[in-house]
Amino acid sequence: MHRVIPVLSLIEEDLVKTTKFKSPNYIGDPINALKIFNAKEVDELLLQDIRATKTGRSPKIELIRDIVSEAFMPIAYGGGISNIGEIDQLFKNGVEKITLNSAAITDPNIVKLASDNYGSQSIVVSLDIKKNFFGHGYRVVSNSWINKFASGLLDTLSKFEDLGAGEIIVNSIENDGCMSGIDVELIKLCSDKLSIPLVYVGGVGCKGDIVKSMEAGASATGVGSFFVYKGARKAVLISYCNPTQ
Amino acid sequence: MVIIDYGMGNVGSISNMLKHINVRHSIESTDSSKIFSAKGLILPGVGNFSRAMSILESSGVGEIIREAVLVKKIPILGICLGMQLMCKHSEEGNVAGLGLIDADVVKFSKDSSNQLKVPHMGWSYVDIVKDAPLTSGLLENPRFYFVHSYFVKCNDKSDILMSCSHGDVFTACFLKENIMGCQFHPEKSHRFGIDLFQHFIAWCK
Repeated sequence: MHRVIPVLSLIEEDLVKTTKFKSPNYIGDPINALKIFNAKEVDELLLQDIRATKTGRSPKIELIRDIVSEAFMPIAYGGGISNIGEIDQLFKNGVEKITLNSAAITDPNIVKLASDNYGSQSIVVSLDIKKNFFGHGYRVVSNSWINKFASGLLDTLSKFEDLGAGEIIVNSIENDGCMSGIDVELIKLCSDKLSIPLVYVGGVGCKGDIVKSMEAGASATGVGSFFVYKGARKAVLISYCNPTQ
Repeated sequence: MVIIDYGMGNVGSISNMLKHINVRHSIESTDSSKIFSAKGLILPGVGNFSRAMSILESSGVGEIIREAVLVKKIPILGICLGMQLMCKHSEEGNVAGLGLIDADVVKFSKDSSNQLKVPHMGWSYVDIVKDAPLTSGLLENPRFYFVHSYFVKCNDKSDILMSCSHGDVFTACFLKENIMGCQFHPEKSHRFGIDLFQHFIAWCK
């Protein structure tokens, strides 16, 4: 069954929502949001600290422990992870999966090391994707705030699958926070290339987008704005649905 | 209730669940007296089969589990890799398991069309295929969260309690005498998981 995954972005201890990876808007308290998503029986939840790596900080283990302690669904955490010790701490504190982004691009071997230790199923690689300026195709950018070119998309997908990632998240930067539709072409490209599950994140603005994401081949769809905003004025109101079930 | 901690389980998540349903429990690694006096055991597990087996055998925990389950007949629930470890053998690393139940662990068939991704990751409905006191009164249409690349094949079909499919049909849950194992994660399966834990706890008494 297709999974629908609320994506919660943290800056320090606040829940925020970005647009095109910029302009974070304060949404509320993450523990409160998690309780609501728990009551709505969401399929899974992705928690990401979007400033940790930029500021060179490790994961906030205590905050994460508080957030996950009442969560009876799987939780993936990403942000600021740079070594196996931190990964170990996260698993011990009740996180099911960890997502590696900058760390995987800087040192791809951390993916192999982590999946050898904890099993592929708990190691997720998260990639930030931009369309190429000219012509077709996509590129992976690392440290998205400086928009540094990392590598071509398809080679990167294969590399991380071979290194033992159990799942790949692709974040469409151009669509983030826009609620104006998803990148079906990107999903098809990635899904055809991968034999492990693909999670697509970026642009969901209606239930139909989630169905389209599934039909294009994603195993799961991550949803940010659509589950935290309501109406044209973007009032904060948490909701959830999985229209594929 | 005792959660057995050998360093490769999501002990925190299971402990959170037991706290939530008000079940007194402790987390033990090598203290055989605590394990032998438990009303029920939970064997969690996340990760690589052969690595887990080598830890269980070299630490002596494997032998403690065998005695607790096979001789003292203490009820046990193995979860995910914990379920697989109770089997005779796994293709993951091609090594022997604890051998508590007549079953083997095999890898999902390769899907040439790339449609069915492995690991099998996500929520699936299960079929309850045998009547047992443990499952009477379970919530209807139970669905659980799965994440695995290998699955259990019971050699004695009468041990199968729940089945599921992901390309291959596999054992989602087995039950033989005091030995229960589930491939899914009840500690991460909302009210269906809470319900299953409550049934297991009640069955242990």
